[in-house]
Amino acid sequence: MEITLLIRILSSVLANSSPLVIAAMGETISERAGVINLSLDGSIMLSAMSGFAVAYLTGNVVLGFLAAMMVGALMALVIAFASITLHQDQVAVGFVLTLLGAELANFLGEPFVRRPGPRVPYMPIPLLRDIPVVGEIFFRQDILVYASIVLIVVVWFWIFKTQAGLRLRGVGERPEAAFARGVSVNRLRYLYTVVGGALVGIAGAAYSLSVKLGWSEGHTLGNGWIALAIVIFGGWHPFRVAFGAYLFGVLISLGGILQRSIPGVPTQVFQAAPFALMILVLLFVSGGALERLLSLFPPRMRRVVGDALRVAPPSALARPFVTE
Amino acid sequence: MTYSQRLVNLLLGLAPVALALMLSTLVLIAAGAPPLEAYKHLLQGASESPAKIADVLVVWVPLALCSAGLLFTFTAGLWNIGVEGQIIFGVIFATWVARNLYLPATLLIPLMIVGGMIGGALWGLLAGTLKVYGGVHEIFAGLGLNFIAITTNIWLIAKPWRPDLGATMQGTDPFPAAAWLPRLAGLRLSPVSLLLATMALVVVFFILRGTLWGLQLKAIGKNARSAYLLGIATNRHVLLSFALCGALAGVAGVVQVSGVWGRNIPQISGGIGYLSLLVAMLSGFRALGVAPVALFFAALGVGAARLHLRMQLDPSLAGVLGAGLVLSVLLVAGLRTRLLISREG
Amino acid sequence: MKVELRGIKKCFGSVRANDGVSLTVEAGSIQGLLGENGAGKTTLMKVLSGFVSPEGGRILLDGKEALFSSPAQAIEKGIGMLHQDPLDFPPLKVLDNFLFGRDSGFLLKRALARKELLELSERFGFTLDPEAYVNTLTVGERQQLEIVRLLSLGVEVLIFDEPTTGISTPQKATLFATLRRLAKEEGKSVIFVSHKLEEVLELCSGVTVLRRGKVAGEIAMPCTSEELVRLMFGQVITTHVAEEVSLGEPVLELRVWGVHTYRLDLSPVSLQVRAGEVIGLAGLEGSGQRLLLRACAGLIKPSRGSLFLRGEDMSGKSYQKFLDAGVAYLPAGRLEEGLIPGLNLAEHFVLARREKAPFFINWALARGDAGRKIEEFNIIGSPSTLVEGLSGGNQQRALLALLPDSLRLLLLEHPTRGLDVESALWVWDRLLERREEGTAILFTSTDLDEILERSDRISVFSGGKMLEILDASQTDVEQLGYLIGGNRG
Repeated sequence: MEITLLIRILSSVLANSSPLVIAAMGETISERAGVINLSLDGSIMLSAMSGFAVAYLTGNVVLGFLAAMMVGALMALVIAFASITLHQDQVAVGFVLTLLGAELANFLGEPFVRRPGPRVPYMPIPLLRDIPVVGEIFFRQDILVYASIVLIVVVWFWIFKTQAGLRLRGVGERPEAAFARGVSVNRLRYLYTVVGGALVGIAGAAYSLSVKLGWSEGHTLGNGWIALAIVIFGGWHPFRVAFGAYLFGVLISLGGILQRSIPGVPTQVFQAAPFALMILVLLFVSGGALERLLSLFPPRMRRVVGDALRVAPPSALARPFVTE
Repeated sequence: MTYSQRLVNLLLGLAPVALALMLSTLVLIAAGAPPLEAYKHLLQGASESPAKIADVLVVWVPLALCSAGLLFTFTAGLWNIGVEGQIIFGVIFATWVARNLYLPATLLIPLMIVGGMIGGALWGLLAGTLKVYGGVHEIFAGLGLNFIAITTNIWLIAKPWRPDLGATMQGTDPFPAAAWLPRLAGLRLSPVSLLLATMALVVVFFILRGTLWGLQLKAIGKNARSAYLLGIATNRHVLLSFALCGALAGVAGVVQVSGVWGRNIPQISGGIGYLSLLVAMLSGFRALGVAPVALFFAALGVGAARLHLRMQLDPSLAGVLGAGLVLSVLLVAGLRTRLLISREG
Repeated sequence: MKVELRGIKKCFGSVRANDGVSLTVEAGSIQGLLGENGAGKTTLMKVLSGFVSPEGGRILLDGKEALFSSPAQAIEKGIGMLHQDPLDFPPLKVLDNFLFGRDSGFLLKRALARKELLELSERFGFTLDPEAYVNTLTVGERQQLEIVRLLSLGVEVLIFDEPTTGISTPQKATLFATLRRLAKEEGKSVIFVSHKLEEVLELCSGVTVLRRGKVAGEIAMPCTSEELVRLMFGQVITTHVAEEVSLGEPVLELRVWGVHTYRLDLSPVSLQVRAGEVIGLAGLEGSGQRLLLRACAGLIKPSRGSLFLRGEDMSGKSYQKFLDAGVAYLPAGRLEEGLIPGLNLAEHFVLARREKAPFFINWALARGDAGRKIEEFNIIGSPSTLVEGLSGGNQQRALLALLPDSLRLLLLEHPTRGLDVESALWVWDRLLERREEGTAILFTSTDLDEILERSDRISVFSGGKMLEILDASQTDVEQLGYLIGGNRG
């Protein structure tokens, strides 16, 4: 009994976290290239709405995802153009786009509010699904979940094992040196920002077509900000970022269980919990809290533990690159 | 300046407006609405009668208050996204005062204003403390605190402050008459709130322009490291700017509950906090710019309500136009410097 | 490969960095490029290595005209440059740095590259750990990595821009041996850019001297240093002799005082500095000098021991209290840690005022005060000039002008870095005036000559330890260089 409950929880955490994982992977590669796409919350909202609208009108989920991808890529393209070509403040542009995306989604999405629409089909994998425990957790999901797990590995492989990934890291760490070695810094930054944006778009559609079906005003509100925070928590490393996203999912579903078992606690506590958690997590990785925790360790271990927990952003994050 | 240069400048000045209009026109066409008719309603909805103009001023007041406060934090180089939550904590404190102190209006209203300022300032200080002592970027701190503030207020309305009759999520019981700001005859506008907003703008203008503290804040915004080395107490100044911004946002909250609604409702802040960030950005971070820009945004908001009534269009078109305008301004500003550089080089 | 530059021209704004410069380097030789700071050496080399496109002139490689518009193209043609601050990726591993920019398909071929890296470094006697992160290497090791990397790309011409800045004497010996080997045995053309006469005299087979963007002369070795000095400066300048100043009361006293940070620990130090005394802090960058300055300024809290200012224990006191006690700290990054870009000079003077100021600023008065300071300190600018519009020398003058009138202890990081000779002399004249008023001075510099010439005592740092305190009149460059390299006594 206990075990089946645990399996059900883990399986649903895996499913519910997949949009967050996909969005955070997208943001990880843009930020690795040196561009912050702060518009995540608005991008996810607008692409969730567009993805649902297109899928609803055509009855085709794939077209919905394509539309969402294009919307996410387009938002990212605006950020890329404004910051890489025009040297405008990435935070300012990203913030304005966040609002613009949300308002556009609310305006254009009105006809689709609370309509039943198509969804990504459930797709258990034959044979594998029958493995006890593992099969029940991992292989009785929809394709989006499988894709999100593959994505984590692909992004990791790309960043750390390929020539192109080395160039991506270099462009975000020291664009001047990358340029000296024949890399077209700004072209790469455009590319990764837009690809990252397309992933964010997919994440948006993953909400409206799988995890939180349909569309309503403010449908995905707040999830983009949480994805942004998870990238920081994950120290811009795909595995750690994914860990952060799943950890977040686990904590939230634990909250859900608590809510059912302790009826006295107001539901609002659980609605606010993700954001309180977001602040606490950032406090942990960026603040003096970490240093205080480290001082509890014996001196010899401090360095090792510190290196494992401390995170550093790409050195050239949010810094435009100009040749002489 | 030659004639052609003047022309170029004029075109560059108008370009953002044209761009934003283009975007919203496209959006209207996409939504299947006739654009011209929509703009007509937008304009008329904001200006056709004295009552409508008064309504615009009703929206202008909290926008101007919050944007004025944001000038402090922006000057110090901070992205205080938490204004929305600061408004709500102003609301919460003022609601408590209105519900628990049985005083005549001449005492109650000043107490509500002070209470609102304290509430907003505390919530702002929390974001500031997370930033200064916790290393949490103020965008994340402010945003998270917004959500927490909103849910806190919803809980208060649903539980401790639930009306005696009918436990709905509509809001608290109306405040006692002593807690209402006096209004102009037949209008929703209160002269007191108008006075408060104007005073805030004037005070902010003089503080940022003429005082040592304003200069120190500016120094922190441009280069906090150098400012600290010069002996400026940067942490204290940053915290103070958060507190002041929060206090003004709190006043905006008081105006909302005691001047506009007369009670506390869940959507009491209505996105004014986010909108005021756009206002501050579009004003070029100057107090003199805030007044007209806030007026423009207020008119958009009021006009959009009529879109909903007459054309069944979602009022978020106002937000699309506003955000589109700020985005266009940013893009055109970038293009302008690009043009200047390529002309020199 | 024979390299010929013909009539290279390049302007930055109104400054003619290169005004028709020509230079010839034969294959298998080391050519010196000598000139003081701002003479146009680096610009010329950036033209040759593709970083800067010239406005006029030609580049001939083995007699054939070469055109390239990026550093990558220059490397393809066989020209590689080692920058003063090595242009690598500090957060990445040595091996990844080596691999970066060598196009070889989709995957990173780490095993192959590791073998090549180890072979090449062995050939030159370098010990590079492929798995180490570059930000843990010394500048000398980073140069070695760059040499190996450029050679693996098939470079025939190697440009070294001020390579001896920030490396120890033993590393310098290794570097010079490598350079000779590159020229003699491998037949490469080596260009050695420096402003230090003795290095050029020791190493090069010919020297081109630049002055104010033009070739002042070309000499084949051997020649005398007097000849070179005359070409560099137009006349022979006599070096200053430090004046005797009578030392006063102790100003600063450190008692077994140590600092702990994440990056570096400074081992406990005991030191007494008296009024009017000048102490130079020598050592490689990151050896602890900067940490000492910052902690003495009250910016970092010491982990043990105590610090006394004129007999008062300053333990646990804030930076503000240190300022009130008459301590001032001038870091090296002038626009990063000192001045505030976007504010003008008058605003800076208002902000720097230590005495109680009225709530409202009287701008007319402030502009008047600023004007007087600007005149007094010879700053080329007006009260409304934005500080980022000032030249490096004028920024340093402004920083000195911002210091309060009476100071007990002045802490300086690289006070003359990037300044021309004249400005550097002016800066030191001002500092010596302070010293006569009884201010104690601690300063760091990468220029050992400056440290030897200006200090009463010299303290040498290596790997977070203060090794020794030497009497400046009892030591020389050789001994200092030896100590800096981490050797005791």
